[in-house]
Amino acid sequence: MSRTVERTLGRQPLGIVFAAPYAIFLAAVFAYPLGLAVWMSFHDYFFTAPGAQVDRPFVGLDNYASVLKDPAVRRSFLNVAEFLLINVPLTVVLSLVLATALNSVARFRTFLRVAYYVPYVTASVALVSVWLFLFSRSGMVNQILGPLAPDPSWLVNSALAMPVIALFVTWKQLGFSILLYLAALQNVPKDLYESAAVDGATRVKAFWNVTVPGVRSATTLVVILATITGANLFTEPYLLTNGGGPDGASASPVFVMYQKGIEQGSPDTAAAIGVMLVILVLMIALVSRKTLERD
Amino acid sequence: MRSRILSVTAAVLALGITAACGGGESDSGGAQSATGPIKVWLSNNPEEIAWGKAMVSEWNSANPEEKVTAQEIPAGKTSEEVIGAAITAGNAPCLVFNTSPAAVPQFQKQGGLVALDDFSGATDYIETRSGDVADQYQSPDGKFYQMPWKQNPVMIFYNKDLFKKAGIDPENPPLKTYDEFLATSKKIVDSKAAQAAIWPAPSSEFFQSWFDFYPLYAAESGGKQTIEDGKATFDDPAGKDVWNFWAQMYENGYAQKEKYNGDSFADQKAAMAVVGPWAIAVYGEDVNWGVVPVPTKDGKEASEINTFTDAKNIGLYSACKNQQTAWNVLKFATSEDQDGKLLEKTGQMPIRADLPTTYADYFASHPEYKTFADQAARTVEVPNVPNSVEIWQEIRDSYSSSVIFGKTPVDEAISEAASKADDLAAQS
Repeated sequence: MSRTVERTLGRQPLGIVFAAPYAIFLAAVFAYPLGLAVWMSFHDYFFTAPGAQVDRPFVGLDNYASVLKDPAVRRSFLNVAEFLLINVPLTVVLSLVLATALNSVARFRTFLRVAYYVPYVTASVALVSVWLFLFSRSGMVNQILGPLAPDPSWLVNSALAMPVIALFVTWKQLGFSILLYLAALQNVPKDLYESAAVDGATRVKAFWNVTVPGVRSATTLVVILATITGANLFTEPYLLTNGGGPDGASASPVFVMYQKGIEQGSPDTAAAIGVMLVILVLMIALVSRKTLERD
Repeated sequence: MRSRILSVTAAVLALGITAACGGGESDSGGAQSATGPIKVWLSNNPEEIAWGKAMVSEWNSANPEEKVTAQEIPAGKTSEEVIGAAITAGNAPCLVFNTSPAAVPQFQKQGGLVALDDFSGATDYIETRSGDVADQYQSPDGKFYQMPWKQNPVMIFYNKDLFKKAGIDPENPPLKTYDEFLATSKKIVDSKAAQAAIWPAPSSEFFQSWFDFYPLYAAESGGKQTIEDGKATFDDPAGKDVWNFWAQMYENGYAQKEKYNGDSFADQKAAMAVVGPWAIAVYGEDVNWGVVPVPTKDGKEASEINTFTDAKNIGLYSACKNQQTAWNVLKFATSEDQDGKLLEKTGQMPIRADLPTTYADYFASHPEYKTFADQAARTVEVPNVPNSVEIWQEIRDSYSSSVIFGKTPVDEAISEAASKADDLAAQS
């Protein structure tokens, strides 16, 4: 009997009680919506009033076929790929370099750490307003650039809108990645740097051969987190480029999901986009992990 | 360990999927004839709130057993999103005095709206009050799921001081034909009187076409809706003329491709604006303004020009427990007396067949509203068709691509939008 209980509930059944609140939270807040989204994506589904009797027939892969045929959806995935190609490497490089610099700074260390972290904890809406003043046609950046200012201007230029958004998100999220790297840097043994110095390594070589491999696990985490955050891009195309503009050049899959699911009352196709996005992000995360954690 | 985590995850996901298969089954039977307290939502502009509170107070004094509680529509990006969420959650109020006609097909499909025809005498009441215009608000099943309430016929407001600065006669500005409008715009921009001649929002929201393309299309086409008899109409010479006109405005820099963060007309960054009569209260004291109908290709007379209604209607929502009271309040709020008070307080035009004569005294004492009242007789609503919002989004996307950003030839873009609109309108 006790063996059966142990096989079913594990050696410490009390642990289930402690884990239950979080498991219930996960089930209610993540698993149920995810399950519902998957279910919706295979049905003809729309939101209804509680008393409404409607058919929600199974439609197989129709919703997927319809979103894959939609040029706006295809473009949004390409847009977010462009975003990730700029944002993820930039985040990794800048945060690692800045974290290393901050780690060795003696004066103003706290001030500098806080300064990099402030954008991360500031509401995007407030920061977007500042960037609008910077990058609008008559904004500060164009005034400094004078005749070199791009035409059309940054936020209405199909080639520049997404890079500006990627730059904005990199800057905003940088503080968090720096924090992760700073924590990882504390675990890099000091004697490795001393050995490198004895072997005649320059600071750049020490950085490349000691710091970079030493924080590899943090790099994996930063890459995966930046990918997940980037794939969920919504606020910036919504506010900074006025709804994925110009002409859809900065529309992200999540923005298109919002249009279809909330504005147009087609949550089934929106769910299909969401499921595809989840699968893609999981694939990228898997590839990143395999690549970065390879010895 | 890994297999245990996987099986737990699978079980939880299965739970989610199983739970998702369920649905709401409650019924609102009996609510239609019930009376009692109700809740209503009002738009959140100060003038309408003042009118709404006074109306509710009057009703409550006379009907203490059927008390009405009014509040502003909860904050959200658009009222339609908030109402749509409330319908799904089952906590929509009885009446919303800010129901967009474009959202009605979606709310109807959600089962969120009550057909007003189910109340005794309702169809007659609506048709008598609004006249032939009421037809535009009938759903494809022939029923009224919205009470046509008030409109803001869209016209062109202009800043007389900026026109004068640009060397344009402010009392008779040449704005009737497209050529005149373009020439006037050129003078404004060349003289640097303002950064833009006119600055409609160039952003991608589905409703933005109601304030650039649609009013001019209504005027040029002689009052056509974008979808008639289930088919897109705008892939016609009138539609192409309107798109080409705006394309020239953007190409020449008379209209700006970047959204202005603020009110370009109030800030004198634009010399003209596309507005309804609400603008008189908003700009009246700060801007020396004039108003003209939207332009047409060959300069139609004002009396022949149609425009977009920019109407907001009243919806009676199915979550309402006391629907008979809601209908009675709806009739009270749209009575001749209350419509007069709405006009007095907000300047917005009740959708009544006999507006200028019914409120002749008001228009005599407020001549600045007379032009809008005349225009109110010739307005075109958004078509009441399935997938209305999606159709407008397709139109907006094609318009943005060809007219605002010049990426696609107008003929190609308008045909593509019309073809997609045909497909969407044909779906149930």
